[in-house]
Amino acid sequence: MLTLYTRRRITNAVGLTVSMFAMAFGLFWLCWILITLLGHGLPALDAAVFSKMTPPPGSDGGLLNAIAGTLMMSLLGTLIGTPIGILAGTYLAEFGQRGWLAPITRFINDILLSAPSIVIGLFVYEVYVVHVKHFSGWAGALALAIIVIPIVIRTTENMLRLVPNTLREAAAALGAPQWKIVNFVTLRAARAGIITGVMLAIARISGETAPLLFTALNNQFWSADMNNPLANLPVVIFQFAMSPYEDWQHLAWAGALLITLSVLTLNILARVLFRQSATTH
Amino acid sequence: MNAPQITNPKLIVRDLNFFYGNYRALKDINLDIAEKMVTAFIGPSGCGKSTLLRTFNRMYQLYPKQKATGQIMLDGGNVLDPKQDLNMLRAKIGMVFQKPTPFPMSIYDNIAFGVKLYENLSRNEMDERVEWALKKAALWAEVSDKLKQSGTSLSGGQQQRLCIARAIAVKPQVLLLDEPTSALDPISTAHIEKLIDELKKDFTIVIVTHNMQQAARISDFTAYMYLGDLIEFGDTSTVFTNPKRKETEDYITGRFG
Repeated sequence: MLTLYTRRRITNAVGLTVSMFAMAFGLFWLCWILITLLGHGLPALDAAVFSKMTPPPGSDGGLLNAIAGTLMMSLLGTLIGTPIGILAGTYLAEFGQRGWLAPITRFINDILLSAPSIVIGLFVYEVYVVHVKHFSGWAGALALAIIVIPIVIRTTENMLRLVPNTLREAAAALGAPQWKIVNFVTLRAARAGIITGVMLAIARISGETAPLLFTALNNQFWSADMNNPLANLPVVIFQFAMSPYEDWQHLAWAGALLITLSVLTLNILARVLFRQSATTH
Repeated sequence: MNAPQITNPKLIVRDLNFFYGNYRALKDINLDIAEKMVTAFIGPSGCGKSTLLRTFNRMYQLYPKQKATGQIMLDGGNVLDPKQDLNMLRAKIGMVFQKPTPFPMSIYDNIAFGVKLYENLSRNEMDERVEWALKKAALWAEVSDKLKQSGTSLSGGQQQRLCIARAIAVKPQVLLLDEPTSALDPISTAHIEKLIDELKKDFTIVIVTHNMQQAARISDFTAYMYLGDLIEFGDTSTVFTNPKRKETEDYITGRFG
């Protein structure tokens, strides 16, 4: 008969092996994606990508208008979504203990968080694009903002909940009113976590395609007018990758690599930032 | 219960009951807290000593479903009166917690935070106040050259003294200490105990402690509580050397709890 200890060691070894395989399985696909992306994207990535407009098939061109459009809409979407998200998240974590409003808001926010982004695109199309009768950068930014809001709400609330209650009590014990406790103590204590959440939200929207298809659509030419259809990387990738033209396909790979690298950078930045704050607290 | 002779009570507690929802955590508490003395609450976990402390500045009010009935008289007014201004009450009654709670800001701002709530001081006056509070809390020598550093960068014992400095910077009359040394090492604990002895010249101090030797060392009066009842309250020397009640004797001699 095996001793209890030997049995435990075997169970441990089996468990460890299975989890290692699971990890390797996940990593395998990720690496494959990255290698394919680098293999096709790197050769296509040249100066023209950053300096020329999206071309008609068969001629030279780059992705400048799409990069600019994506930056503009992501920035605007973040600027609209972040304050709303932080304020709402603060309400949920700090002011919503009593009453029915907070639980309902939280529930709806969770639904919004997991809503397919194409639904959000259709929504903005229906309530905005249909009325102004043309696609536009504003509509795109709006759709992206609606994606940002629930992410920021969720991370803000979670980060504030991680702030120990004793810190709130300590501030209250000095006689500080609640708005001061929230502004100067708890939000500050949760700052790094909230910024991390915002960065992850930016990473998420910078690759969204579906909501932009129905809102900003695309623009083959240079445009900085938010009131016109606006070029953007995801939709350009979608269009170019599906096309039969080889030069378009190359550009699509370059764009995909660009998005992936920026999302990767944002994620790494978010992690570094969060870790730094974790060690100083 | 034999109440000790307290001629100059700062806080007078009468028929105090406390409820967590329907659970009655304090039962008809009556006691006087002597001015500029140290009063210690001792008793096993869950006896209500922290709960009692938290009624003095109405800390419980942060949480729904907690309520207190009865009277706690301070300067002729009832602390528990709903009309009592909470911020003014807490300006008079400071509190330090079990775990150090430095705010995520500089050492200087940690102390200025509370002061700014009540006073409009000039830059110079604020500098002086910060220095005064840090000296009172015996921390000045260690931090005078790094006031701009984050309060969270200090060691545990220093953080706790920072919290004491923050509480006294507001110039309260009463200082509530909720197990202030239970998260600290013996050396930091000795620091804080010495400090408490100094502070009682200026402040009325109420301390909750799990450490009976600590209560014996630093307090003038001791209250022993058990299951929400105040079992015995008296001079610390009497309570420890000649307790009136069998339960108290069992607890302080370590036969129980």
